[in-house]
This record gives sequence, structure tokens and C-alpha cells, in this order.
Amino acid sequence: MSRPIRVLVAKPGLDGHDRGAKVVAAALRDAGMEVIYTGLHQTPEMIATAAVQEDVDVVGLSVLSGAHMTLFPRVRALLAEQGRDDILITGGGIIPAEDMAALEALGVGKLFGPGTPTTDLIDYIRSWFAAREPQGT
Amino acid sequence: MTTPMDLDPTVAAMQEELDQLRNEVAACRARYDAGAVRDISYANSADAVAPLYTALDLEGSAGTAFEVPGRFPFTRGIHPTGYRGKLWTMRQFAGFGSAKETNARYKFLLGQGTTGLSVAFDFPTLMGYDSDHPRSEGEVGKCGVAISSLADMEQLFDGIPLDQVSTSMTINGPAIILWCFYIAAAEKQGVRPEQLRGTVQNDILKEYMAQHAWCFPIEPALRLIVDMFEYGAQHVPQWNTISISGYHIREAGATAAQELAFTLADGFTYVERGIARGLDVDTFAPRLSFFWDVHNDFFEEIAKLRAARRIWARHLKERYGAKDPRSWMMRFHSQTAGVTLTAQQPMNNVVRVAYQALAAVLGGTQSLHTNSMDETLALPTEQAVQVALRTQQVLAFETGVPNVIDPLGGSYYVERLTDQLEADAEALFAQIAEQGGVVAGLETGWFQRKIAESAARQQWEIEQQRRHIVGVNAFTTEEEGLEIPLLKIDEQAAREQAAALARLRGARDEARCQAQLARLREAARGTENVVPFILDCARSYCTLYEIRAALEDVFGAYREPVFF
Repeated sequence: MSRPIRVLVAKPGLDGHDRGAKVVAAALRDAGMEVIYTGLHQTPEMIATAAVQEDVDVVGLSVLSGAHMTLFPRVRALLAEQGRDDILITGGGIIPAEDMAALEALGVGKLFGPGTPTTDLIDYIRSWFAAREPQGT
Repeated sequence: MTTPMDLDPTVAAMQEELDQLRNEVAACRARYDAGAVRDISYANSADAVAPLYTALDLEGSAGTAFEVPGRFPFTRGIHPTGYRGKLWTMRQFAGFGSAKETNARYKFLLGQGTTGLSVAFDFPTLMGYDSDHPRSEGEVGKCGVAISSLADMEQLFDGIPLDQVSTSMTINGPAIILWCFYIAAAEKQGVRPEQLRGTVQNDILKEYMAQHAWCFPIEPALRLIVDMFEYGAQHVPQWNTISISGYHIREAGATAAQELAFTLADGFTYVERGIARGLDVDTFAPRLSFFWDVHNDFFEEIAKLRAARRIWARHLKERYGAKDPRSWMMRFHSQTAGVTLTAQQPMNNVVRVAYQALAAVLGGTQSLHTNSMDETLALPTEQAVQVALRTQQVLAFETGVPNVIDPLGGSYYVERLTDQLEADAEALFAQIAEQGGVVAGLETGWFQRKIAESAARQQWEIEQQRRHIVGVNAFTTEEEGLEIPLLKIDEQAAREQAAALARLRGARDEARCQAQLARLREAARGTENVVPFILDCARSYCTLYEIRAALEDVFGAYREPVFF
């Protein structure tokens, strides 16, 4: 049995809409992952520091404020600065499809919009993790 | 022993008819129970919905059989003339980019027949940050308009006479500051505070509960609100100093009954704080207004609005001793439920919004915002906003719905649901009291947990196919989503705002600003009403964040209880 996947669910920026983040955090926990939720109004610096300190595999960002083109790349850059570009950055919110594609091109993982079943992101994280972890550990 | 034989023949006949109805209803229920029933959830809230309602469901309640609109307890509406006297205000919430861009959108909306303005602020403004504050990066003008000082407020209403429009401002944590900017902008136009009409949302309790745009800890935040009640009653008498909001509580996941009860409990808390200040309840209660979410479960939403009016009237009169009927009347704004809109097949949202708008009007709303079809994707385009506004206009002028007041009054189902929601709310009030009241329940996270649990349950129902969302988990299409044009907000507004703030700080009388801020800190430390001090800061062109920071020096910052 492999170790549980560790996930940091974070709300960057000033946006207070945390319904999705909390629903996702609970669903990932129920799926057997270890989930840390940051609470609201986090800066990218606070999120990157928490991700490194908690040694997570995945950072999930929830952004409904339209600031996704600033916040996702910033968190990714800060993690890379600390040598942790192995951490998967995924997330969701109100993000137009073309912005999702642009962020994926910048090295951010798959992003999920409204109406996505939580099973889709659980499957996505599990298959990413299985592909990364060496077999048999 | 009395037998039917002893009774007056008329009563005996009625008794017989009633027994016959009971038997027929029992037979109907038996057929229903024996038949095939689809395995789905029949209610948005926790309570079951029966397949049939008859007069038997109103036993022990008169419903509204002896009520007319415009009379206590106002279940059927607050106006004796309903929409025959005055239609609801069509008030579309709008704001994006800079004050100049939003000013142009307002002029467009006024030209299209909108009858009241409603300001959406961006996240930095909602949190009390200037556009050039480091925490504002990437968010300036994105979800609303950026307003960092009186200068921006003047620009926002340039060419719009403030004595002739009513303006609603969705702002909470720093509401007192933005309200002062508005009053000061009106002064610049030569409009006196007593001529101003409008609403400031200013409902901080629901921010801690659900929406999360706060500035200060709970107690000083409540003090600022009571300062506004007091100042408004004396100087800005036509202004609604609060819009006690269920909208965000519902959007965050609450059921209809929770939205109803939590919001009213917030309302009672504000009333109690005003009374504790020594204010006569009848001086400020008539300016308390409400804001409801109108969701998908059509009849439940109508019943919720009817129950809300009745509960408020009863509590204000009987519990708080209000004597002025205007204190008993719940006036409210409604908005269709953003959370029900789908990113999949977005054109379907036009239909959802139309049904929700119909429910809001059948529930007797005073004003209404209809959402645009593209809001799960971005801020709405002008075309999408126009369809949303036209939805209200069709409802108002083509359907005949506004012709008769409370047309569902007397419906067995709607009356029973109204009674039921009132009973549910009273049961929740008792639970809130057990928690030690609203403030204690927020500090322990009780409300936040209840709302998160309801949200998780709704998600579970959708994923289990117990609840069908058209285009999302039913009737899905494989092809690519319909392309609809989206509004793009670039970083131009942020650059312009930063430059304008730099100019402002260079041009203003700095010594005067610092002196006003020092006086404000002093007033905040004491018990004086701080509104006149913030107005002086606004007039001197102190910025939003400078005023927020001065208050934070005294009050400290809020820390949320974190859990999921």
C-alpha cells in the first residue's frame, strides 16, 4: 500500500468564495488523501511556504475572482524557486477555457470548472501520483 | 357523548364532507405509496414534500385566509397596492475595471430602462485595500469597480445626478468608508445627504458566516454599523443603512430554511445592538432592508419570502416592541441564484433565471437583479446583461403576473410551506440561542459548519444522481461548449489606478490628511460616532486603505476559524 497523497487546498488572493474549496477538501479527504486547508485570503508566498513546510504532493488553488492569471503562475514560480517544481499545481474556479489552456502551457496542471464531479479531480490526482511514484513503493 | 345526530344538520354535512376528503386523500396517498416513484430528491431543503396538498394540510392554521397585503403581519406583501401601485425596481448589479468604464456601463443601463444603480466593487475595495496596495495585485477591477478614494467615487457618478437615482452599494467590511465617499461625492454635486436614496449592504455578520470580505473583528465591526444606523437616522433619512443578506449564505450552501433563519437571526442581532446603544427601535428599524437569494425550488422560494415578512413583523412588534408599522415591514431586494447557473450549455441559464425571477415577483420582492447567462464563465457582457434585464421586462409587461397581489395566497401548498418554513426558522432560532447567539456561533464556527455540511450534501446528491442538473449530470452533450463572447478585464485599470493614486497623493494637503486620520483614531478609541470623522477624511482625499488602516490600528484584524 502506498503512502497517502498529501494535498494543500488553498484560497489565494482576496476572494472569499470558499464553498468549492471546502467541498473539494472534504471530498479529497473522504477519498483517503491527507488534506490541509489554508483558510482564506492567502498570499502566493504564504501558500508556497505552507506547501514546502507541509511537504505536500499537490497544491489545489481555488480562484473565483478573475485573478487566476496572476495567482497560479506566482505560486508555481515560488515553488520552483524553492526547488519544488515537482509539486502538482491544480485547481478550479471561474476560469475561461482559453485561460485554462494558457495556464497549462505555463506548467500548471489540469484546472476544473463549475459542475465538475469531485470524482474527476480525485481520479486526476491519483493517476498523476501513480505516474510519478516509482512502482512498488 | 356527542354524535353527528345531535349536531346541527349543516355542521353534520360539513363533517361528512371533511371525512370524505380525509378518505379520498388517504386513498390518494395509498395509491401514491403503492405506485412507482422516481428515485430522486424532491426537495432542495431537508424537509420532505408531499405529492398532494389539500385543506387538511392547513388544519390548525388559517394560512392567510384573513390577511390582506399592507397589514400586519405582511405575509401577503408590504404594499396594499402590490405591483399595481409600483412595479419592483429593476436593479442590475454592475461594476468592472475603472470608475470611468463603470460610469459608462451605468449610463448604458439607465438608457436601457434600468431604474436603480447597483455598484459591484472589486475584491481589493471589498477588503478595504487601495488599488496600489501589494495585496491588490492581479485583482484590480476584475470582479467589480476599483474605488480607492473620493476622487474615484466622483468619477463613478460623473454626469449621474445623485438626487435622482437610488444607488445600492454591495460593500460590507469597509462599508462605512465607501458610504462616506458617496455622501462626499454627492456634496460635490451640490446634493445634500437628506436627498440621497439608496442602500449600503453593510451586513458584516453574513460576511463572517459566508461571504468573507471582512476588515475588523466582530465587536468593533458591529459598533461601526450601529454608528451608521445612528448617523443615517439623523442625517441621511432616506438611506437604507443595511441590507441584511441571505444571498451569500445561500450561495455558500445553506438550505432555504437556513438562509431564512440565519439571516433573520443576523437582523435581530442588529436590532438588539441598536437598542443596546440606546436608540429607539422605531428610529432605525424602518431603514433596515433585506436581500434574498431566489433559488430553483420554485414554490419553496415563494414561501420563504412570504414567511420572512411574517417572521420579521412578528418579532419586531412582539419581541422588540416596535410601534411604527414601517419597522414591522420587511422590504427586500432579490437576486436570482448565481450558484444554480451552469458553465455547461450556458444558454439554459436564461431559462433558470426566468423561473427564479418569476418566483421573486410572486414572493413580492421590492427590487430584483436577474443574473446573466455567462456568469459562471466571466463577468457578463453587455448583450448578456441586456437579456437578463429583458427577462424582467417581459415578466413585468407581458405575462400579467404583477396584476394581482400575492396570487398564490390561499394555495394549500404555498400556505403550508410558508407555515413550515416559519416553524423551521423558529426551531433554528432556538438552536442559535443554544449556541449563545449569532456572535458566539460565528466564533465557534457553528454557522460556517452548518453551511459547509449543506453544501457537501448537495454535491453528494448531484454526484449520486439524486438531483439532476440539466446539462451537468443529465442531458449532457458531447460536443464542445457553445461559444459565447466573454468580457475580458486586462491590467489597464490597475495601471491607471496606480497612476491616479500617485497623482492624488501628490496633489492633496498631506498634513490635513494626517491630522484627520489622527482624529479618526482618537474617535475610534472612544465611544463617539465615527461617521463624521470618516467623512472628514474622505473630503480630504484620504484613501480607502489609509482610513481602514487607521481603524485597524485601534480595532485590530479579524482571524477566521479555519476548518472544512
